Amino acid sequence: MTAPVLQVKDLKTQFFTDDGVVQAVDGVSFDLFPGETLGIVGESGCGKSVTALSILRLIQEPGRIVEGQILFKGSDIVTMSGEEVRDIRGKDIAMIFQDPLSSLNPVLQVGYQIEEAIEAHGKVPGKEAINRAIALLKQVRIPSAESRVHDYPHQFSGGMRQRAMIAMGLANKPSILIADEPTTALDVTVQAQILELLRDLNRDLKTSIILITHNMGVVAGICTRVLVMYAGRIVEEGPVERIFKNPQHPYTWSLLQSIPRLDSDRHDRLLSIEGLPPDLIKPPRGCRFNPRCKFKIERCLRDDPPLMDVGPEQEAACWVTMRRALSPNGEPHV
Amino acid sequence: MATAPGLVTPEAYGDTLAREQTSLWGDAWRRLRRNRLALVSTVFLVLLILVAIVAQFWTPYSYFAEGLAPVYQGPTAQHLLGVDDLGRDILSRIMLGAQVSLKVGIGTQVIVIAVGVVVGLIAGFYRGVIDTVISTVINIFYGIPDLLVALILVLLLGRSLAIIIFAIAFTQWMNMARLVRGQTLALREREFVEAARAGGAKANRIIFRHILPNALGPMIVQATIGVPQAILFEAFLSFLGLGVPPPTPSWGAMAADGFHAIRISPHIVLAPAIALSLTLMAFNFLGDGLRDALDPRQKR
Repeated sequence: MTAPVLQVKDLKTQFFTDDGVVQAVDGVSFDLFPGETLGIVGESGCGKSVTALSILRLIQEPGRIVEGQILFKGSDIVTMSGEEVRDIRGKDIAMIFQDPLSSLNPVLQVGYQIEEAIEAHGKVPGKEAINRAIALLKQVRIPSAESRVHDYPHQFSGGMRQRAMIAMGLANKPSILIADEPTTALDVTVQAQILELLRDLNRDLKTSIILITHNMGVVAGICTRVLVMYAGRIVEEGPVERIFKNPQHPYTWSLLQSIPRLDSDRHDRLLSIEGLPPDLIKPPRGCRFNPRCKFKIERCLRDDPPLMDVGPEQEAACWVTMRRALSPNGEPHV
Repeated sequence: MATAPGLVTPEAYGDTLAREQTSLWGDAWRRLRRNRLALVSTVFLVLLILVAIVAQFWTPYSYFAEGLAPVYQGPTAQHLLGVDDLGRDILSRIMLGAQVSLKVGIGTQVIVIAVGVVVGLIAGFYRGVIDTVISTVINIFYGIPDLLVALILVLLLGRSLAIIIFAIAFTQWMNMARLVRGQTLALREREFVEAARAGGAKANRIIFRHILPNALGPMIVQATIGVPQAILFEAFLSFLGLGVPPPTPSWGAMAADGFHAIRISPHIVLAPAIALSLTLMAFNFLGDGLRDALDPRQKR
């Protein structure tokens, strides 16, 4: 395989609050390869957004990256100067956010904001900037882009705003686009259009995409590989088909079981994951998922499981794994 | 709004649903026009400004010529608002007084905006120690009685229009600084600021393109409310005899001139007092109107 465009190595991001140190991201490592679409899934507060923000060094006080490396094309973003990071932002690595309405400045024209994204990395003559903004709006399939470029965000629909955000993200042809819950604030039909757009852009422009979401359906739609995060850690990682067909971590398994299915009997109860995500100031001993795990064994309370191979290109951080948990002669549960 | 004909592809929705081109300011202006009181106030203030400009070139009589009519004489056909205790034409003096009041009102706000915005933006954007220092200074200024400070400044630096403007601004800048600081603190956490940062925007671009324009509405309201405060302050200083030096007429000084004779010829006090009240009211109504008009939550 080709060399990864981004390597995150043992990333630890912590928030120093009055109540204690929140270990929001605790030793996350992964590689992102050129042209791939990597999904990061997990429930709220599992550290997926903090991981994304860490990559662009957008973590603000009282948060801090305390350990680890983020290698972009060989240089470490964590130790770069502020000016070097600023130059990477939006040019090499772009990011789009969950709520496109609040991510656009209400008092500036959409086109102006796209031009601004272009001009953040070098002067461009005004006329050319407008033309590029129009071209970008066309690329994200906004109708009558020539006149829409002068609209204000409130004149756009939700889907169009997210398209405009994507246009801003693509303004400098970044090698990586980080999309943090890009469809969560949108209608289901619009969600599909946005995902399709992202997939097409990924295919046509060869931009690597990191897609952060809590929605397994979104992952299934466009990702090639997926990381499942829980309580600041990666608990499972692998190609999408394998994760969906053969999840090995009980958390991944539960997430997949909790998706409502059209073909299931309507009297079947949906599986919900009991309990709450752990307190990241004082995470539980042993495996962090153990308080909510139905398959835990004694060892889970004592030892913290590392990521271990559980199949081709698939890793899970679990002492039990679903293979054993679901086999009739599996090991006894606690 | 256009009605969607028959079958519409999702792409075409964009066109049919396009709203009329209105900016934030367009909306605000539309709402302001519907506010009768604010509109009347605006008209009044425009007239006042015209009067002040005209007074520069022409007044019915010279504003300092004494003995134009018997002293304390009330309104007559020659002197529509009467004459004062030295026989000077009150209308001419009111017209020039408008100049003084407007210069003071607007002059102070220019200084207040310049200082308050810079200080507020710095404190709100950089937070931390800088903010603590600035906030402490602001609180100290709030603690000092402003009349006392202004009096001392005028006594120390001398009585001139420029120094009075400076002295009033000196007691008022904190209002704007505090407002802008609060706005900045709130705006810097907004997602579009984070999005701009994620796009590689430099700090000054974030401050001046993303934060400042979004704080403009409250700033305009604050400045509009600050104008009458400054005008009243100057009138008060002049009333105490510490305003602009005579013979330049100031409404406050004019009221003071007639104060001893308020029982026999009240017109000497009433004319400047009414002019002052109307002006203050107009600015306050306009400020209120602007506050409503610029409030993005109002979608009337």
